[in-house]
Amino acid sequence: MKLGVPKETWSGEKRVAATPETVTKLRKLGFDVYVQAGAGDGARLLDDMYVGAGATIVDDAESVWTGTDMVIKVRPPSDDEIATMPEGQRIISLLFPGQNKELVDKLAERKATIIALDSIPRISRAQKMDVLSSMANIAGYRAIIEASHHFGSFFGGQITAAGRTRPAQVLVIGAGVAGLSSVAAARGLGAEVRAFDTRSSAGEQVRSLGARFLEVEIEEDGETAAGYSKVMSPAFIEAEMALFKEQCEEVDIIVTTALIPGKKAPLLITHEMLDVMKPGSVVVDLAAEAGGNCEATIADKTVDYNGVTVIGYTDLTSRLATHASQFFGSNICHLLDDMGGGEEFNIDHDDDAVRGALVLEDGELMWPPPPPKVTAVAKPSATPPVEVPADPPMPKQPAVSASVSRLAVGGVGAALLAALGLHAPTELLQHFTVFVLAVFVGWQVVWSVTPALHTPLMAVTNAISGIIIVGGILQAGTGDIGAAAILGGLAILVASVNVFGGFFVTQRMLKMFRK
Amino acid sequence: MDFANLPMAAYIGAAVLFILSLGGLSHQETARRGNLYGMIGMAVAIVATVLLLDGAPMGYILVIACVAIGGFIGARWAMVVEMTQMPELVAALHSFVGLAAVLVGVSFYLGMDADHSSTVHQIEIYVDVALGSITFTGSVIAWAKLKGRMSGTPLLLPARHFVNLGLVFSIVMFAKPMLEANGGGVIWLLVMAVLAGLLGVHLVMAIGGADMPVVVSLLNSYSGWTAAAAGFMLSNDLLIVTGALVGSSGAILSYIMCKAMNRSIWNVAFGGFGTDSGKSGGPAKEYVGEVTAIEADGVADLVRDAKSIVVVPGYGMAVAQAQHTVNELSEFCRDAGKEFRFAIHPVAGRLPGHMNVLLAEAGVSYDIVLEMDEINDDLSDTDVVLVIGANDIVNPGALDDESSPIWGMPVLHVWGSGTVVVCKRSLASGYAGVGNPLFIRDNTRMLFGDAKVTMQALLTALRS
Repeated sequence: MKLGVPKETWSGEKRVAATPETVTKLRKLGFDVYVQAGAGDGARLLDDMYVGAGATIVDDAESVWTGTDMVIKVRPPSDDEIATMPEGQRIISLLFPGQNKELVDKLAERKATIIALDSIPRISRAQKMDVLSSMANIAGYRAIIEASHHFGSFFGGQITAAGRTRPAQVLVIGAGVAGLSSVAAARGLGAEVRAFDTRSSAGEQVRSLGARFLEVEIEEDGETAAGYSKVMSPAFIEAEMALFKEQCEEVDIIVTTALIPGKKAPLLITHEMLDVMKPGSVVVDLAAEAGGNCEATIADKTVDYNGVTVIGYTDLTSRLATHASQFFGSNICHLLDDMGGGEEFNIDHDDDAVRGALVLEDGELMWPPPPPKVTAVAKPSATPPVEVPADPPMPKQPAVSASVSRLAVGGVGAALLAALGLHAPTELLQHFTVFVLAVFVGWQVVWSVTPALHTPLMAVTNAISGIIIVGGILQAGTGDIGAAAILGGLAILVASVNVFGGFFVTQRMLKMFRK
Repeated sequence: MDFANLPMAAYIGAAVLFILSLGGLSHQETARRGNLYGMIGMAVAIVATVLLLDGAPMGYILVIACVAIGGFIGARWAMVVEMTQMPELVAALHSFVGLAAVLVGVSFYLGMDADHSSTVHQIEIYVDVALGSITFTGSVIAWAKLKGRMSGTPLLLPARHFVNLGLVFSIVMFAKPMLEANGGGVIWLLVMAVLAGLLGVHLVMAIGGADMPVVVSLLNSYSGWTAAAAGFMLSNDLLIVTGALVGSSGAILSYIMCKAMNRSIWNVAFGGFGTDSGKSGGPAKEYVGEVTAIEADGVADLVRDAKSIVVVPGYGMAVAQAQHTVNELSEFCRDAGKEFRFAIHPVAGRLPGHMNVLLAEAGVSYDIVLEMDEINDDLSDTDVVLVIGANDIVNPGALDDESSPIWGMPVLHVWGSGTVVVCKRSLASGYAGVGNPLFIRDNTRMLFGDAKVTMQALLTALRS
């Protein structure tokens, strides 16, 4: 199968959809790769390098579009490109079909088949194809680099003969992939970093990178089933804005990354907040393309707002073009591998990853896709991007069957309790009450145990179950020495081995655990 | 002042202390405090019970003597036991709870006033003895298996489910003559205890292989239920509460572990390993291929070039007592600026958390000891993975071979790393008796020998 890689025509776009390295992989997958001359120039990937990796260089864009079976590129196809391409061309690129309806219609007229890389669902299996994540990672890193460029001070604290400086204070709003990448980059430069996110699950990830996690005092989790953020309640937003204002007085650098899919970016940093920031501070707005999180942001521009630099670049990934192309190209390789490679290429509608990204098939509108069968990635930390994850297909109607079985269990339980109430003596019922409550307490208490402590926990419960010693004492301590008392005494003996052994060995084990 | 209710109030205190104890043991920071609470709770309970006695001097002497002797034996044992023998110790201690419950039950039956005890009461005794007996013999068998006195392979009698059912049925039936004997039925009680004991033996005999950690925790749960049954018998709420706490916590622990192994808890409790043959068609695949052996010097070169190293310890490390040498290796690598971490599979070893305890004993910081879920994603970016005496938990067959008995069990994806070095005594299969295709992978190197000896050799080679 012939795969075409044109030079990007979008102004300022320096990335390219394949690098010499991914060309090698694509060839292994059974594709013949045709690269337009100069396609990799912006990413410092020269034609010779592509030739070395086994690609064929073609002179102009037209031959790429007409002479191949499929075109891979970064930006959505332009009108010119749509005009050039033959009917029925296959394209893999970014598309944002939700925002670009007109473009989709134009492509549909040309009977194109198009896979939108931005629409690949966030399931663990598809993580290796997720360009949004890989690009967000780069943008987050670059945001800090841009900020440091405009910031007239050190990031890390310095103690020198010439004086002492404090580390820069960095606030990252939105701890998604981009935000976390900013946190890591700023930490790497030595800054003190704090981060905010409406999804409480992000706290752990923020802390794991050595940053502080800011929280508002209102309990509300902003996480949707798809792992993205949702719009929050007015009360929450109010508390959030108060927190930002307070933070603006303290911090030197703010990176905002708040995006809500398919909506205008939320406004988080107002003029009023910028007014209280120290002169020389820098705000980098990663949401500039979607309208910006900062009121002073102008897309693709650097604005000086009363001494505060507000950066609204939308091409941060292009500013790191070599690695951005590398990641982008790898994501495409993984997708094409998933689709059967060059020899057995097919568009499998049962493949959630491919189906989710399929926008047009031979001109027919396939988007939006039916909801994916597999649960979405809720928490990136808990996402094993494993090759063969145990993704059991969910039962067709899990909600219904679960509630039926829950109803059945409840019914049986109620029947048993009724039987007990009718026949058991009062004393037994009282004991039974205590018993049932204790079972629940035990369940609640142990549920969150750290796996590393399983052995000590078991040793301690073991010691505690030596409480049977109480029974022995009651039997042995009556005073008249008979068979009953002797047996009781033996029980005490055995049980106290258990009690002492269990507690002491736990003590010994716990002493060994150290940080 | 009336002291009659004081012991009862003390019991409430003890119960609360036990709950705090279990809660404390759930996290590293509070674990020691938790153990202390447990000790205090137990002391309170024992003293309060002694206060309940009606003051015959012989009674006190007997109680104190027995506690002293038993306590001495237990404490002594706990002090000298090797950390590698933890599983056996825990299993043995479980058996004592069972035995004590049987003794208390029989004693209570002998001592009761037959004319004034209700049927319900006698049934409570019966249940206590039955549970105690199952726990006792089951734990003894588990102990013997762990100790190596008995083969680890499951004993699967042809009609074992019917054997179990038959035993349960006869245990229930023997209650009738005992109840009719009106206080003189101790013989029936003992006969039943023997039958329950047989049931315990049979249940644990049928379990083998990698399920052993679950069995130990399941027996832990049984010992709790036994104590609760004794509480019903003696009308003692403290016993009921404590027993129920231990019983449910043990059950939860077993459930968590079963989930980690992708195994149904019912299958472990009643079946035997590999009996759920729904998926496995025919015998497990034989893996044919060449293994690549390596010497310690070669591993030293690999380690020297590696930036990140992960160690996957297994039971083999425990047997060889290699944890101290491994810790030295970790310190050496960390001093050299390498990232060195441990990956612990939930069922590595023969006891849940077994490996964590061993590494802690050797002085490894728990910050670099990670659980499977925490590290599985990172394994593909790791340069060298050292698998020390582990087998089934790194078996790729669990993911891609439906005929494998461990199919579906989550495993550590070590094969995704740069190079895997498997340190093993021989090519023999693991506890589960399953072949491991990891060994014949291209990026796998086999380092044959006793873990301690080979790790020592590796360390020497690194230092030279």
